[in-house]
Amino acid sequence: MSITYLEAIREAQRRALQENPEVFIYGQDIAHFGGAFKATKHLARDFPGRVLDSPISEDAMMGLAIGAAIDGMRPIVEMQFADFSSIAFNQIINQAATHFWRTGVPCPLVVRLPSGGTAGSGPFHSQSMEALYAHYPGLVVLTPATVGDAYWMLLEAIKLDDPVIFCEHKFLYYHLKADELPPESLPIGKARIVRHGKHASVVTYSAMLHESLRAADDLAKIGYEIEVVDLRSIKPLDTDTILASVARTGRLLVVGEAFPFGGVSAEVVARVTAEGFHLLDAPPQRLNARDTPIPYHPNLWAAHRPTASSIATALRGLLGF
Amino acid sequence: MPHASLADAPPATPAARFRQAYRWMLLARTLEDKIAALYHSGKIVGGVYLGRGQEAFSASLALNLRPGHDIFAPLIRDQAGRMAFGEPILDTARTYLGSALGPMRGRDGNIHRGRPDLGMPAMISHLGAMLSVVCGMLKARQFRGIPDAVGASCIGDGGTSTGAFHEALNLAAVERLPLVVAVANNQFAYSTPTDRQYACRDLVDRALGYGVQGHTVDGTDLAACLDTFQTAVHRARTGHGPQLVVGNLLRLCGHGAHDDGAYVPADLKAAPLGQDCLLLARQRLLRDFDASPTELDLLDSQAATSVQQAVATAQRDPAPDPTLESWQPLASRWLVETANSESP
Repeated sequence: MSITYLEAIREAQRRALQENPEVFIYGQDIAHFGGAFKATKHLARDFPGRVLDSPISEDAMMGLAIGAAIDGMRPIVEMQFADFSSIAFNQIINQAATHFWRTGVPCPLVVRLPSGGTAGSGPFHSQSMEALYAHYPGLVVLTPATVGDAYWMLLEAIKLDDPVIFCEHKFLYYHLKADELPPESLPIGKARIVRHGKHASVVTYSAMLHESLRAADDLAKIGYEIEVVDLRSIKPLDTDTILASVARTGRLLVVGEAFPFGGVSAEVVARVTAEGFHLLDAPPQRLNARDTPIPYHPNLWAAHRPTASSIATALRGLLGF
Repeated sequence: MPHASLADAPPATPAARFRQAYRWMLLARTLEDKIAALYHSGKIVGGVYLGRGQEAFSASLALNLRPGHDIFAPLIRDQAGRMAFGEPILDTARTYLGSALGPMRGRDGNIHRGRPDLGMPAMISHLGAMLSVVCGMLKARQFRGIPDAVGASCIGDGGTSTGAFHEALNLAAVERLPLVVAVANNQFAYSTPTDRQYACRDLVDRALGYGVQGHTVDGTDLAACLDTFQTAVHRARTGHGPQLVVGNLLRLCGHGAHDDGAYVPADLKAAPLGQDCLLLARQRLLRDFDASPTELDLLDSQAATSVQQAVATAQRDPAPDPTLESWQPLASRWLVETANSESP
């Protein structure tokens, strides 16, 4: 038996629907059709009245989820693509994120964002929004990179009493498989050291974890042992694990698929520079997508985002300092 | 809470209902006059937004709801409706004066207050955004087996221009939710007149486009407002889907206490639309409902006493203390501590 990243997300939702009558799912084309990516396939059939098609109204979808959450439910909203959550931005950052702090009444909901690039998806179906949402106090922002994390972190997200932005990577939906689900996972807020090393640390998350691991394989061929840290959770950010890794290696490269300006990689570099300056043997580096909209053509797209090859090049530069 | 019993049971006769609404309108006007005075004497920081001229419309909606069962999401000119739905007068005084004991504890101010656990969500500033939140609260009640709960929210003519308004009304119609949307067509969105806000013949025409029932009422006429909202709330409660009620009236003040509203033309103020609903209701009480001037003077002094007591209490309250503030935005406190572990 094997299970894909997408199936893990579906099974987590199935389990949440089974275990908690407060859970329902709201989104476009998610009921009978099963969702644009089939993340809710058969769930409407198996849980009648609890997996509902919405009109194409991201703002109102989100407002409905917020109202239900503050009135005792635990809604999951599926945005068809992360990019379209921009229409719901106001409800997410001004209503959901501020609600508990302003009123003392929790707003427990999960917004599932099919995120990141795939070949041919272009400027409006490829974006990574985690830095935008992490900017606002009151939100938890998660970026699972493995099948097990997709399952366990989604289940944990649904149980949290706060609004959670769940960034699932579309590139991993079908490509990433595991033999089986692990019996448990690290809690939200903890990063994982995926590969141990001593010459440099790559801190990354989501689909870039897999590109970074391939780059580490390349570097291993020429004798470098690269440590790879999967953040898992963007907010809260596990600074302790990052600093411990940098303490072991003295060199830091942060890799993210999102745009560079003011992003997650900038935040990690800022924290390590401020709190671990004495640990560094070289200037901390970061590698992101280019600072342009995301191109359509596969040739351009492959040159727009970081890849195993460009990560390996960046690592060689860092190791040569 | 003064007059708390007023919110409990709807009075039986139209005369008693009219009188009850008048008392909430009067209390709202008296309180807001005091709040404005405190603002002008520098005792309130931030904005002050008044419902002057909209008390009949606002109170009539809330009096047709069932506190503890229904949902009411007020906007910035709903002091009368808020109190008629059961919001304690102290909530207003404490939130405007920044008391640590108010519902917002100094974290938010003025009209950005609520008690979501009592069915009254706290508005955000972004217009139209509360409508879909009410839809969600109604959806939650349907899931919990309370299908006859009605949800109501208020907005102005300006707010109807937002995407959020459109999305929510369409969604409410698709979901066939028992939502009542009260549009106070008060002729100005801040300083912008309605001819720069919408181009349809009448805002109520939009109801047809959404597939919801529309109602129009003279917002200066308390008896008409009470009747119209009684019909609209009943229709929503009995399975006829969302109801859009447009009340035509004039905002009898600026956008906020900082604004003198000098741009409102004199002929509009002198027109029937510009009449004061509170004054008209008082005249009606004397003329048609056997009220005596002595009795109404007594109501005036009772309202003044309630306001005085609430403001005095709030002024004696402790202010929020930044050293005692948790500075934690999440309900999951253990996550905040992880996130902030590196903070200086």
